[in-house]
This record gives sequence, C-alpha cells and structure tokens, in this order.
Amino acid sequence: MSKRKILIVDDEMSVRQSLGEWFLEDGFEVETAEDGNLALQKMEHGPYDIVLVDLKMPGMDGIALQKRIREIDSRATVIILTAYASVDTAVEALKLGAFDYVTKPVDPDDLSNLVRNALRQQELSEENVRLKEKVSALSQASPIVGKSKKMQHVLEMISTVAETDSTVVIRGESGTGKELIARAIHAQSKRRFFPIVAVNAGSIPETLLESELFGHEKGAFTGAQYRRKGKIELAHGGTLFLDEIGDVTAKMQIDLLRVLESKRFTRLGGNQEITSDFRLVCATNKDLEGMVADGRFREDLYYRINVFSMQVPPLRERPEDVLPLAMFFLEKYARAMGRPVPALTSVAEEVLCRYRWPGNVRELENAIERAMVIGKGPTIESDDLPFREDQPDPARSARSLAALERVHIERVLRETDGNVTQAARVLGIDRATLYNKIKRYGIRR
Amino acid sequence: MPASIRLAYLKHYPSVWAAALEGGVADVFPAEVRGAPLNLDLRPAYAPDRRQYHATLILASLLRHRPDEDAKILGVTPVDLYIPVLTFVFGQSQLDGPGAVISTHRLSNEFYGLPPDDGLLLERAIKEAIHELGHAFGLVHCPRGACVMHASSYVEDVDLKDPDFCADCRRGLLD
Repeated sequence: MSKRKILIVDDEMSVRQSLGEWFLEDGFEVETAEDGNLALQKMEHGPYDIVLVDLKMPGMDGIALQKRIREIDSRATVIILTAYASVDTAVEALKLGAFDYVTKPVDPDDLSNLVRNALRQQELSEENVRLKEKVSALSQASPIVGKSKKMQHVLEMISTVAETDSTVVIRGESGTGKELIARAIHAQSKRRFFPIVAVNAGSIPETLLESELFGHEKGAFTGAQYRRKGKIELAHGGTLFLDEIGDVTAKMQIDLLRVLESKRFTRLGGNQEITSDFRLVCATNKDLEGMVADGRFREDLYYRINVFSMQVPPLRERPEDVLPLAMFFLEKYARAMGRPVPALTSVAEEVLCRYRWPGNVRELENAIERAMVIGKGPTIESDDLPFREDQPDPARSARSLAALERVHIERVLRETDGNVTQAARVLGIDRATLYNKIKRYGIRR
Repeated sequence: MPASIRLAYLKHYPSVWAAALEGGVADVFPAEVRGAPLNLDLRPAYAPDRRQYHATLILASLLRHRPDEDAKILGVTPVDLYIPVLTFVFGQSQLDGPGAVISTHRLSNEFYGLPPDDGLLLERAIKEAIHELGHAFGLVHCPRGACVMHASSYVEDVDLKDPDFCADCRRGLLD
C-alpha cells in the first residue's frame, strides 16, 4: 500500500517541523507549506489525503485556503489547527466542510485519533463510491439485446431520456421487455445510486394497490399490524416503475395524479404528509389514447405521464434480433444450470427465425429455457423447441379450422409423448376419432 | 548498522539503572552501546510559559556531541519535553537521522501520583529508548500493539509494548 500523504500548512516553522517529524514517524509522506499560496501550489501536484491548515496565517487565512483546497481536490480531508481564542472561527471552518479542528498545543493522542478517524472516513467514503459503482454496474447486468434498427432506436431513446427527469411511458406488447427498458433508463440516469421500485398495477386489486403504493400506518385496516412504507416512499431518490398503468382504477388514477403533481402523500390511516422525490416510468400494452377518448383513462393523468413515450417493437418486427436473443438466453441458462453453452442446429435456428413470437421476448426466453431442460446434449435440436419447423406460427398460418385442429392435436400428442389414449382424453374425443384425425392430417407421432 | 550507540544523560545521571538501560538497548541493537553523563545547557530549550523543554532544540544541540559520524546518539533526560504543536512528547527522533532524545519525566510513577517504582521506570525507559532509536534507524510506527515501534501517546501504551521489535520491524532494521 502506498504511503498516505499529508500537507502541513502553518506559518510557524517550529510547528511545520515538529508536526512533520511526528507524521513521518507515523509512516506518512509529509510536505509542508508556510503560507496559503505555497500550499495551493503543492496541492496542484497532489493529491494529499490530509491537509492540516493553520487558521491564522498572514495573507490567505485558513478559511480562505480551505475553500480553495476544496476546489482543487474535494477528496482531501482538511483539519484545522487553531488556538483557543479562534475556536469560533474554527467552527465556521467546520461548516464549510473541514473534517475537524484541533487547538494548539494538541494532545498527541487526540491528534493520532483525529487523523486515524479522518483516514477511516476517507476509506469508507471511497469504499462507498466503489460499491455504488458496483451496484450501478450490476443494475446494468441485464443488457438489452438487439441489433435491429428498431432496437437501436430504442437504445438511443433510452440514453436521451435517461439524462432527463421526465416521466416516461413505455408502450409495447406483452413480453417485449418493457420493464427491462425501464431499468435501463434508471441505470443510466443520475438516480441510479438509488432504488428502482417496480409495481405491477395490473396484478393487484385496488385496495391492495393503494396500500402497496402509499404504505399504511399501524391499525389503518384489519391486518395492518405494523406501519409499512409504500413503494412511492421507498422509491425516494430513485425511480418508480408502474407497470400496466392502463389497468388502474378511476379512483387510483386520481390518487396517482395528486401524488405526481405534488410529490406528497400520506400513508393509509396516517395524517403526516410525506414527500418523495421519485421519477415515474410507467408501461402499458393498452391504447391509452383510445381509453382517454372512451373516458376510461383520465385525460389530465394521461398528459401528466405522457411526457415522453417510447414504443418497444414486437419481436416479429425485428427478426434479426431473434438469434442474438436466443444466444443470450442460452448463455444465461447454461450459466444457471452450470453446463456448457449448447449450440443451435441450423434447423433449430431456422425454426426460431420463422416463428412469429406472439409472446415476444418472454416467449423466446421460455422456449430456450424449456429446450435446455429437455435437450441435455451439446446442441439444441428443432425437436427440443416447443413448436415444429413446419408450423412456424400456428396462430397465424392456420387459416382454417381444420389447420388449427391439426396444430392442436399435434401439440397435445407431443405433451402426452404420443400416447393416443391420453391425448384423446385431453382432447375430449374417443381414441378412434383421434386415430382418424391423425391419419387424415398425416400427423407423425 | 553503526558501530556504536552513545547514551548521553542530560541534567541527571540515573546511577541506579543507567547500566541496565544500556544493557536493554544493547540487547536489541547489534552495536556497541555506551553511556555517560553529558553536561549540556538545557536553558535555551526551556519554555517558561509551558514549564517544559523544547525537544527539537535539545536534539539540535545534542547532535553536536556525537562521538563520530557513524554513531547514533540518544539523550536521556528527566525534564518534561514538548514540541510546539503537542502538549508533550515522551521523546523525539530524527527519522533515519543521527540522534534522538527521550524524557523519563512522564515515565515515572510519581508523575501520576503513584509510589516510585524504579523497576517499572527502567522498563519504560528501555522501551522508549529502543523506540526513538528505532526511528533514528529509519523505522516508522508499527500497527502491531506488542511491537516496540507501536506509537504510544500514554504511559499505559508504553506498558503494553514489548521491549523488542516485531519480525517485520527487525527485518526493516537490518535492511
């Protein structure tokens, strides 16, 4: 470990000399300066861990010097040296950011403890920065995979909007990765060192959502045994991600509008007003404009949240992203399962690319996970995928009832491992009828 | 390592334990250790307002009495020492320099209102002498509490140390 550096600034030579020797014996690298100007010159060639500054010096005094030091190196810890008569001024120095002050002459133990504490605080604060950077890096650990122009455009929009504090509405079909986009916005924003708190408004009944968002006081309702902070309060300093905003009830829309306008709210059953500084990012797969026109979504709330709107394209509109995404998920699950990353056969690749992915990225991820559970070998075959090469998109390619029936029978047979008796039971027909259909459609078992 | 270490007794010669102090120092430094009273005028170093002696000034005049260029000199005095910014010091040294000075003033039990104990005083004086000479040989403070180079602000700290170097400091000394 390199030596800690200390700069002693005092107009008295005896103080510079004696303190210098004291700290040399303590293993420091020591520099001294007899006035503020010389100290600033030395600071330019720093950095110094600790700067001991005499309060009363001819020319630039300790207070003025401290301000200049902070401009040059905000990391350096300043300790003020003062006589008893100047304690008031030393307190002023503390208000300006000095770590502490000592009155001359100082007890050796006090000086050692002070410097030790200053270094400890410096180490903690450096550790804090390192951890925050680590958290920030981890929060970006789920990359958005997409080489297509459409996704590149989304990525550009994320960078643009992340720099602002505006409310964002992310739109897109189910499974397109709207939450991932919200997390990417948070991870690139200045709020990234604070939490991103996600709430799925669509999956929670109104009464529970109210408590979930605003929190509650003890005894606010039956079962509220303890005070609980709501998600809005927990998102203080960070981002609140409200998924399925189009599903919130009329009353909740009013409550949300109020908190968005004032950033203030009260917990359920409480009367203390709480302020939360959060950024709202919401997502929906609903047609908000249509809902506003129908009167199902408040116009004022719509304009409040729709400051910046982003559209996440469905996977079928960006087929070039399918294989990179598949590879990403293969690697992800291989890591989770502790096995080598399997390769996709060319047929399997073709099957993945031809499928239209109505469930979008979520469906692709599930398909890959399932394929890795089923296929234990070094390659993923088309048979490991939950759909067949010749039915790339059952929902869309099956135009007739018969075609749909064939696809459905094939699925059930796959699920029952080709057992006709079981499949017939699932389909609600007798075995003979099923045999006839298998024969008619030319289904291979 | 120099051929000799000179112990110079300033203002008072502790005839009861001087030889034992020299022996204690000789135990840890592979050098010839000799001691003798030195008639040094300490008055210029006296600060009447503090009723203490300026260690740096004493050290400066002590260095003029080094027997030869290679020798290290250690002043041993019963007067209370200070350096301007600190309330007191047990001793002072020049890091990797030719000399050091220690005070037995705050090492004696009497200073703390306790009955005299020459044995304990000797033990503390040996530790402080080795500590300050260690600095003069280029060693800095050691984080190990039992090592003689561990920093001591109070006499209790001195009592907790061993009168010897830890393995790392000994290696540093011989290097």
